[in-house]
Amino acid sequence: MLILIQFFAIFLTSVLIPMTFLKKTNSLVSLSATALVLALLGGCGSSVNLDEAPVADRTGTQVDTAANGTSGAAGTPADARAVPLVSADSQNTGEPPASVARIIYFDYDSYMVRSEFTATLEAHAKFLKADPKRRVTLQGHTDERGGREYNLALGQKRAEAVRRSLAVMGVNDAQQEAVSFGKEKPAVAGSDDAAHAKNRRVELSYR
Amino acid sequence: MPLTGAHAQFRVEVSGVGLTQLPFSIAPFKGADALPQDLVAIVKADLERSGQFRHVNPVVGVLLDETSRPDLAPWRDRTADVLLTGSVSRLADGRYDVRFRVWDVIRVQDLGGMSLPVTAADLRLAAHRMADYIYEKLTGEKGIFSTRIAYVTKTSSRYSLWVADADGENAQAALGSPEPIISPAWSPSGGLLAYVSFESRKPVIYSHEIATGRRRLLANFKGSNSAPAWSPDGKTLLATLTLDGGSQLYSIDLASGAHTRLTQSGSIDTEPVWDVAGKNIYFVSDRGGAPQIYRMGAQGGQADRVTFSGGYNTSPAISPDGRSLAYVARVGGGYKLQIMDLASGTVTSLTETVADESPSFSPNGKLIMYATRLQGREALMTTTLDGRIKTRLSGGQGDIREPDWGPFLL
Repeated sequence: MLILIQFFAIFLTSVLIPMTFLKKTNSLVSLSATALVLALLGGCGSSVNLDEAPVADRTGTQVDTAANGTSGAAGTPADARAVPLVSADSQNTGEPPASVARIIYFDYDSYMVRSEFTATLEAHAKFLKADPKRRVTLQGHTDERGGREYNLALGQKRAEAVRRSLAVMGVNDAQQEAVSFGKEKPAVAGSDDAAHAKNRRVELSYR
Repeated sequence: MPLTGAHAQFRVEVSGVGLTQLPFSIAPFKGADALPQDLVAIVKADLERSGQFRHVNPVVGVLLDETSRPDLAPWRDRTADVLLTGSVSRLADGRYDVRFRVWDVIRVQDLGGMSLPVTAADLRLAAHRMADYIYEKLTGEKGIFSTRIAYVTKTSSRYSLWVADADGENAQAALGSPEPIISPAWSPSGGLLAYVSFESRKPVIYSHEIATGRRRLLANFKGSNSAPAWSPDGKTLLATLTLDGGSQLYSIDLASGAHTRLTQSGSIDTEPVWDVAGKNIYFVSDRGGAPQIYRMGAQGGQADRVTFSGGYNTSPAISPDGRSLAYVARVGGGYKLQIMDLASGTVTSLTETVADESPSFSPNGKLIMYATRLQGREALMTTTLDGRIKTRLSGGQGDIREPDWGPFLL
């Protein structure tokens, strides 16, 4: 298309006298050539240099006359920059073990599972081993400080620590997946130490 | 659920003054009175945001368009060095023909003009193209006003990925999701956005064709998939995967889907970016005990540390000329945008804010866009590389983050 336009631009400039200021281009050649350019450009929204294409006399109705060259086109061309909206839906979750905590908290800048959570993880391990069809996702989270992608990697370290603990307790690798949400889904809002402590966590989510 | 662009109207706030700014003026466009967009105002804001231009009020009572040969003396008296004239007329197919001409007032020289036939929806685009034309004629560098940006907003329980003009206006939602969306990255051609979506309750990487909404799952490996970065030729994607537990860098061949591990560390390696030539990869690693920026060859191997000051340096972005590295450093408990001259290693802090994130360069390398927090709210900003001229592109509602500046469009 671009090559075509360039070809015609060269063609036009060779046929027509280059535009001079306040010049009245009243020839039929000029008008039909303008129509030709507009027809060529129809739908692609391309631009032309004023000095490579004739400028019609603007005092009369020539613009309309020139534009009639495109009257055969079907309506207004689609906006080349339109962006359609896609809607994403999240997936359902599975049933977790009853009466067992599903959140493991971490110390500041730490990626070790504290011993107080051993009993909780053992209950999850027992639940998973009882039915090999059960699947758990270990979702690592961080507090809000620092970059999003780096926090995603830090959350992954926490999820991975829980995954290793469950593996040591005999949970099959195929039943668990360590993933991270980084700082994207804080459990509580706020920027104080208490909020940060509640957000440094791994959530066990069944699917 | 249709989301309209009106949702995200932006406000331009320029703070700070540059040393040498070129004075320009714009004569009211003939036939532009009843337009849905104020083209002159858009061109004016574009040029001012660059930091390289200063607006001068037009001469009153003179009617000019692109066919006029204006008497430039009164414009020279107003100290305008450049004058933009033009007109808008309606075409029979409903489109608008935006025509303009640029004058060098000092040399009394015609700097040329164009005819831009556009739909009503593209009137803003025509204004941005005029600003690009003036910018290039006067500075010798390509303008970035007609390029596009992507960013993410978060309202109470909804995340949206937006595509907007470089001035933040004309925002159109490309994706809506109940789960987070992070790290949008434009493909080199500007037709695709890669991003990390949590819609399947884990981070996976999609590429999203902007014009059609067609999506392709690029990385959905076990564990987390994040930090997408297109190679300059658009054939390879770098990503952070966790196939062996920790976060490591991989390259993914987009034709075959084959993935190759690039780093072999027991530490975190993430946030890869290519340099312009596609020869080197900059990335973040905590292999030295704290996150720092490193550089290695495109095939992996030996990595050299690039940042040395401070204990937390993340989110690298390389300027299009390959000379500058923008990144975010933790300084005194705050996170601040920095720029490093790679040849000398000299680092300059660019902001007064303390929650800066996600820098990306404009395709002509003259501006950096980044996210930060102002008056308790997330905001998008642009800054010149010397930090002197900053513009706020503030969203209408909710939080706004994760900007990425798209490439030049043909």
